[in-house]
This record gives sequence, C-alpha cells and structure tokens, in this order.
Amino acid sequence: MLNNVSQLPPSLTDVSNTNANLRAFLYGLSGVDQVGADARAAMLATRSIKTSAKLKAIDLAISMIDLTTLEGADTAGKVRALCAKARRPDANEASVPPVAAVCVYGDLANIAKSALIDTQIKVAAVATAFPSGRASLKVKLLDTQEAVANGADEIDMVIDRGAFLAGRYLDVFNEIVAIKNVCGSAHLKVILETGELKTYDNVKRASWLAMLAGADFIKTSTGKVQPAATLPVTLVMLHAIRDFDALTNMRIGMKPAGGIKTTKDAIKYLVLVNETLGEQWLTPKWFRLGASSLLNNLLMQRYRMQTGRYSGADYVTLD
Amino acid sequence: MNSPIEVNRTAKLFINGAFPRSESGRSFPVADANGKFIANVANATRKDARDAVVAAAAAQPKWAGASAYNRGQIVYRIAEILQGRKAQFMAELNDAGVKSAEKQVDQAINQIIWYAGWSDKLAMTVGSSNPVAGPFFNFSNPEPTGVIAIVISEKPPLLSLINQLCAAIVSGNTVVALAPQSAPLISVSFAEVLATSDLPAGVVNLLTCDSDEIAFWLASHLEVDGIDLSGVSDSELKTKLEFEAAINLKRVLRDFDDGYTAMQSWLEIKTVWHPQGL
Amino acid sequence: MKFEYAPAPESTSIVNIKSKNDLFIDNEFISSKKGSRFITINPATEEVLAEITAATDDDVDLAVTAARKAFKSWAKLAGAERAKYLFRIARIIQDRAREIAVLETLNNGKPIRESRDVDIPLVAAHFFHYAGWADKLEYAGLGSNPKPHGVVGQIIPWNFPMLMLAWKIAPALAAGNTVVLKPAETTSLTALLFAEICQQADLPPGVVNIVTGAGDTGRAIVNHPDVNKIAFTGSTEVGRFIAQSIAGTKKKLTLELGGKAANIVFDDAPLDQTIEGIVNGIFFNQGHVCCAGSRLLVQESIHDELLSLLYQRLELLRVGDPLDKNTDVGAINSAAQLVKIQELAASGEAEGANRWSSSCQLPANGFWFPPTVFTNVSQSHRIAREEIFGPVLSVLTFRTPDEAIAKANNTPYGLSAGVWTEKGSRILEVTSKLKAGVVWANTFNKFDPTSPFGGYKESGYGREGGRQGLTAYLFAGENE
Repeated sequence: MLNNVSQLPPSLTDVSNTNANLRAFLYGLSGVDQVGADARAAMLATRSIKTSAKLKAIDLAISMIDLTTLEGADTAGKVRALCAKARRPDANEASVPPVAAVCVYGDLANIAKSALIDTQIKVAAVATAFPSGRASLKVKLLDTQEAVANGADEIDMVIDRGAFLAGRYLDVFNEIVAIKNVCGSAHLKVILETGELKTYDNVKRASWLAMLAGADFIKTSTGKVQPAATLPVTLVMLHAIRDFDALTNMRIGMKPAGGIKTTKDAIKYLVLVNETLGEQWLTPKWFRLGASSLLNNLLMQRYRMQTGRYSGADYVTLD
Repeated sequence: MNSPIEVNRTAKLFINGAFPRSESGRSFPVADANGKFIANVANATRKDARDAVVAAAAAQPKWAGASAYNRGQIVYRIAEILQGRKAQFMAELNDAGVKSAEKQVDQAINQIIWYAGWSDKLAMTVGSSNPVAGPFFNFSNPEPTGVIAIVISEKPPLLSLINQLCAAIVSGNTVVALAPQSAPLISVSFAEVLATSDLPAGVVNLLTCDSDEIAFWLASHLEVDGIDLSGVSDSELKTKLEFEAAINLKRVLRDFDDGYTAMQSWLEIKTVWHPQGL
Repeated sequence: MKFEYAPAPESTSIVNIKSKNDLFIDNEFISSKKGSRFITINPATEEVLAEITAATDDDVDLAVTAARKAFKSWAKLAGAERAKYLFRIARIIQDRAREIAVLETLNNGKPIRESRDVDIPLVAAHFFHYAGWADKLEYAGLGSNPKPHGVVGQIIPWNFPMLMLAWKIAPALAAGNTVVLKPAETTSLTALLFAEICQQADLPPGVVNIVTGAGDTGRAIVNHPDVNKIAFTGSTEVGRFIAQSIAGTKKKLTLELGGKAANIVFDDAPLDQTIEGIVNGIFFNQGHVCCAGSRLLVQESIHDELLSLLYQRLELLRVGDPLDKNTDVGAINSAAQLVKIQELAASGEAEGANRWSSSCQLPANGFWFPPTVFTNVSQSHRIAREEIFGPVLSVLTFRTPDEAIAKANNTPYGLSAGVWTEKGSRILEVTSKLKAGVVWANTFNKFDPTSPFGGYKESGYGREGGRQGLTAYLFAGENE
C-alpha cells in the first residue's frame, strides 16, 4: 500500500471502516469556537517582526513559495517564464533563494519539469478536476495519473466538498486514498477549499479526514473561491496537524494558498507556524505558501531591508 | 349567659415553617396599648437566630430557583390570606394603639400585591442586554443576594413588616426577620399568615426577641448576605451593626425609602458573555 | 528553521515625565504645603521615573473643597454640555493613546501590547459611552429626577491604572458628581497625565481633582466629612476597612474587590480556544487582575490532555521587556507584590501541590515571576482559596457539573467565573448557578463599557459599566 492509512496506530485503523465510524470520529474531535480562533489569529498577527528577524523571514518565505499560475490562458511560454523566476527570483540579486515549487495545471507539468530539471525546485500540478472537483473518480484518477506521468513531483488535489457537506465522509476519504494510490512517489497535497466548508468545525474535520486518508500536506484553498487562505483557518489546520502528529507520530505539511499578497501577510503565516507547530515545520519541506504576486512584494521588501530605500514596481520582474 | 373562656394563642417563633418556642425556654410578656397583659412571647436567643439562618440558607436555592411566576403567585397568596384575616389584624393593630388600623391593613394588602407583580418584571427593569463592541452576546440579569437579615421597624407595624419582607423575598432571597420588641404580636400573627400561604418553609423566619441584641449576631453572621437596618432606631447601635456587617461585606440597607430601591438592595447583577460565531 | 523575533521596542520618546509631580486640585498643579515626596519606578527595570507627592489631610481637604465648589455648577450644567466635555476627553485620549499606553507600561510593567490594544482603547470607549449618558439620566431607571450624590472620593488600584480611572471618573462626571481621585501609589503617572488631559479639555476647575499618595491619603478621602460617596477598587481587606469606616455616616459606597474565579472546563470544551481562555484568564496582565481565572476546574476525563496542551502553550509565552511589542507577560508591579506571590507559591509547594513553571529566561533587574501552574491542588490549599494576584494558576478537577458548580462557589469571593463547553443548555444552567457577577462562557477577561462589572459576596457591591454602573452615581430625587 502506498497510502499511509496502514501506518496509522491501531486506535485509528477502524475509523474509516464505515461512514458512521468516520463520522463518529470526526464529530468526537473537540469543537472550534470561531470567535476564540479569530481572536488568537488576530493576536498573533500583531507580532512585530523587525530588522534581522524580518530579513530572515523574507528569505524563508521566498523559499517556501509554490509559485503558481492556474489560468485558463496559461501557455508553455507563461510556465517557462514562471520557472525562470522560480530559479532566480531577483535578476539583480543572486543571494535570493529559489522558491520551493512551481504550481501549474497537469497538462503543463512537463513544461515546468523540463525548465526546472537541473534544480531542487519541485513541480506541483493541480489535479482531480481542479478547482471544482466535480467529475467521476475515473476522470480524477486519470487526471492525476497524467500529471504524474508529466513529471509532477507533487499533486494538489481537491476534496469533494459536495460529498463532505452532504455527510458522505467515507466517499471523500476513499477518494483521497484512491488518488494517493496513483500518485506513486509524488507528494499529495489535499485542498480542503475551506471557503466552501464555511465553519471551522468543518475545517478541522476535513483536515483530520485528509490526514487519516494519507495526505502529505493539507492545503486551504484553490485560490478560485473567496475567502481563500485566512489566518484563523490556517491556525485551525495547524492545530489539527499538531494533534495528528501527537497521536500518530506522523508529520503532515501545511499550505495556505490564495490571497497571500504582501510580505506582512507572509510573515504573519510564519509567526502562526512558529507559535503552533514550532521551528520543525519552518522549512519548505513542511510549510508552503501558495502564491503568485507575493514573490515580488517579498523582493521589494528585501531590497528595502538591505538598502534602506523603497523599491518600485518596475524594479521587480513581471512574469 | 357568660361568654366562654377564650383560648389564648401561644406566641412562638417561626423557623423553617414550624412554630417552635425559644430554645432557651424564655419568653417576655406583651401588653396592649393600655398596659393590659396580652401574651407571653417567645424570646429568641442567638441560637434561635442561628437556626433561623440555617433554615433560610437551606431554603434559598430552591426559592430562588422557583419560576418568577410561581414566586409571584405565592406572594399574591399572602395577600389573599391576609385579606381573610383582616379583622384579626385590625384588632391587633388597635391593641397596639394604631388609630387607622383598617387603612393600614388595606394598604398592606395592596402593597403585597404590588410586590407580587414585581417577581417577573425586575429582570426587565434592572437587567439589560448590552451591546458590547465585539462578536459577543452579553446580558445582565438580577439574581437574589441570598439570606437577608431584617430588623423590622416599629412603625407603621404591619406596613413596615410587609415592605421589608416582601422587598427581599419576591426576587428569591430568604429572610430572618426580627420583630420589634415593643409590638411583636403583629409579626407572630403574620407568621401564621405566611404559614398558610404556600410559602416554602424557611423562606421567611420571624423571631420575637430583644432585637437590639439578636441583630448583632445576624450582622456578624457570615452566612447572612445582606441586612436591613431600617428598623434600628438607636444610631449608635446602627453604626455598630453596620460596622459588623462589613465583616463579610454584607449589603446594608440603612433606610427603607421606597420598595423599588429596597428590592434592588437584595439583587446581584450577573453579566454573562458568550461569543457569537458559526 | 529557528525563528527568533528581533527586539521590537516601543519608543519611549513619546512620553515626557516630570521629575517632580504635584497634586492636581482645582484645575492646577499645586505643590503640597507639608506633603513629602516618594519615588515611583519602572518595575521592569527598577529605574526611578519620578517623584510623586504624598497628599496630606490638608491637601485632601483642599481637593474636596474644590470639588464641592465645582459641584454646584457642574451638577446644574445641562447634561448635554457635560456630555461634550466627556466626549472631548474621549477624543483627547484617542489622540494621545500611544503616549498614554507607553507611560502606563513604563510605570506599571504591563506589556505594551496590552496597554496599547486593551487598556487605553477601553479608556476612550468608557468616556465615550458615559458621555452619551450625561443628557439621558432620566432614562437610567431612577425616575424623572435623578440626582448626583455630590463629591465622590475614588480610590483605584495599580493593576489597570488608567482604565480604573476611567471606570470611576466617566460615570461620576456624566451623572453630575465631582471627584477627588487617588491613584495607587506605585502607578500615579497616567492619572497625572489625565489631569493634563482635563486641562486640555478645558474641564471646569474642581470637577476632577487628583491627589496622589498611599494609604493615609486614601484614608483622608474616606473619612472626609464632605465626601458623599466612596468608590473603591482594590483588596477585600481594604474594602472591608472602608465599609467599616463609613458605618453610621450617610456616605454611599461601591466596592470592587478581590476574587478567586473558577474557570470551569467541561470535557466537550473547544480545547484550543479553551487553552487561550485559560492563558488569557490568568496570565493577562501578569495575573494582576481581580477577576483572573486563577482556579482552573477541569473535568477529570480531559485533565491530562488539557494540561499537556497548556504546558506547550505556556512555553510560548514571551516574558520580558514590557515595552517590546512582542512581549506577552511583563513585570510584577512591585517588590511587595512579588514577595506576596513568592510566598503563596511556596505555600502551594509546602502544602503538597505540584509546581510547574515556564522555562522562560527572566530579566536580571526588575520584579519578575515566571508563568506557573500548580496541579494536584485541593480546595483546602491556600493557593486555591487566597487571591494570589500574580501569574499563578491552581488546577483542580471535578467529575460532574454539580461538583464543578459547588467547588466554584465554595469561596467567600464572587467576582467572576468562566465556563467552557460546547453545549448551550449546560452553559445557561451553569452560568445561572455560579455566584459571580461576571461569567464568561467560552471566553474570558472581556470588558466593555456597556457591560456591568462587579461581584457577589466579599468581592464587593455595586456595578461598574453600563446603565447599572451609572446608577451607582445617582439617586432618585423627588419626581418633578
């Protein structure tokens, strides 16, 4: 078995036997009080990260970016340009680290793969009828298999939110297991699309469901639904990861995606990780930021920090 | 034809719904306004006062937990019983030298009904829903303070008794009240009204005694939460009692100005916060 | 990667502290004829900040006389006009918010994040709320002709110096009273800054008088024959003394005293937010909070899980320089308070409770105590009964809701309580059974000017905040 359901401790192996068992488990998790979660996230957002800490945080954030283009208008040329940016984010400054991955649609994964072949930068491909997930399992499996065949190192799948909201938790679970099985060595990121799940209780349950089913990463959003990533939603998911780790000794990665546009935003997410999961997660291996315009903002702030001068839009590249 | 010999009532204490004599076995004589002996009245001691506090404390949670509608009906029932005994109270007030006895009994009945109606309205007039600046539902409710000690004023005898008792019990407090030594029989008779009016045992405990002395034990008692000193006329004693009452920060009513203010003396405002979220 | 936050100190250049401080009487800073001066320090560094005047009986008399003189016209002034002064004060507080916050943190030791984000915004909100009451007193529930008491003596503690000042002064002035206020001796500076704000607002002379000093000054206010009402926030011990002092007088009294709040956690609580509530309940303002959730009552079935989460969380608390914007727990306000906390914590160990303290590094100078948790605590332990007023949490367990309620109420105090459960009907039942004036359900230590605050039993009487807080400064006059 490639999925890690088999690695779960005995106490968790029965949870997914039936929909009733799975539901009972998910509803047995402690609730999330929305106001309390919002307040905690807002408090952490007041952390003041300055000077040397800020400079380090900027480079860390750059190294964690899944640089993304997910447009209907995407072309090979657009993907190649993005890959060039991923390798060397700042044309004038070689000390800027490369990003973690380039995230594209599965049919363009091969373009990205060949553009990044001599680097450590991963190719991530969205799959499973992204972004809606409204297709048969057969289609989703094929979508995933093709992305993997095209060279994707990482698969960003979406869960079936319709099934989740209808209470068919086992269907959602089994689908993740099936997708994981065709991922091969590719890492699986499971997108919950929290903007459609609405409540933090749902976010917590969906996080557990995905982790139990074998997700390597859990990810907030497709970027196509508002709201996308938010600090409190990320906090709830980080707590779920912490609890899952405590129970299973299995480390799961986290990827907030969508709506993270400024350096300030990015640093808030790093603070969130720092004060929940801690430094072990503060690496691109376990934490990613799904973003596109964020990179330029980080570069401009980096310039400001290093020179004391404000940068301008025309001094970073549009790709 | 000679009228039959009257059967005299034994004037006893009213503790926990029962009519015991004083544990000390002592009594004091009471005369009418003309000096004619009427009865020997049980003379409560500090131990009787202690027993009364125990009864009041035990009765308090259940009385407070009764619905406001229920408490209102029980207080109203007190008025019904008093109405039935109007002649008796008029006679006793006359004995105590009150000229306008009928007027006072009528007023007393009206006053009880006024209090009865407050039981389910206090929460509306003294409570509130508070628009705090944040995602919270916040409301304030009055709750009874607990056990209230009351020194009943001498004048006007029946009205004072009714005002002071009703202001405390209507909201769910329980009471240990000390009848004025000069005219204790009205209180004894009123205890009999209470005993037949569905008021749960222990909600009102009435003691006839040397109230100046017994008030001290109530003022210093740690299980008493509030004290109505409006019946204490000696200002030096009143100061001493207020001083003692501070030992556990009792709520103190120095003067009984009006029923609405007095009722509020025996209420605690409780504010509850809860988040509002999905 | 290890992510250390660089120091992010708030600049102190915004504050201007006078080296010698006078009393504020009749709209002027005047020096005491006979009063000595004492020093006030920054408790985080022990650095001397300024000298403060210890007001004498004569000074207090002068202040009361000024307040009495001002009362006649202030009470007569149209409510709408009094309102405008209060609105003006609220705005000036907002204008100078950062300066006040920095000064508060310097003198008190509380984290700048709290003085900036909690204390001072609430101060402005309080004045804003009560300003609006000044011309609506006939709607306060005291009939058509409510009257102010007259001269009000107000004595406030050191834990929320400016906020307690606002809680006292705003409703008193709105109702038409004039005040003589004494700040705590260790934290006088923001009250003196408030005096300047009164000048900027052009408040009529004598309406607000600030007399600094210690217990003797407070006693002079309480015992002054021309004071009509005393409002005190502080310890139950002093509150009792005040109640005794005014026995036999006509003086009115409201008291907001100590507490030993139970924070009750049921097995179905939202755990992560409960952890935050526990932390905010006892480590907010270093636990120098009368309504602090100092007794944690945990349902036995989740005790271990909750405690393990709590310890992890407490290790993340950033203890240190109060002026650093990232500090969560600041300095203990005084050497005396630190000794008291140390003594009670030692008693906890001596009586057999298990002590856990955060491994945080404490600064070398100043007064510090690490966030500390005692488990295996019994109801009879001193740390379960006495108010510690510091960052020390006592953990007890319960099995059933009835047991939780009984243990929560088993204290002479009755200021506040917390309840954590996701079950709505349980919240309503438990909150109704708790003998406490403020009950936070699924939250803790929230304050608002519209929300009445105050205790049952030995936690005092009277309420502050909202309509109920206003009526404490009024009485029902003859209906017109």
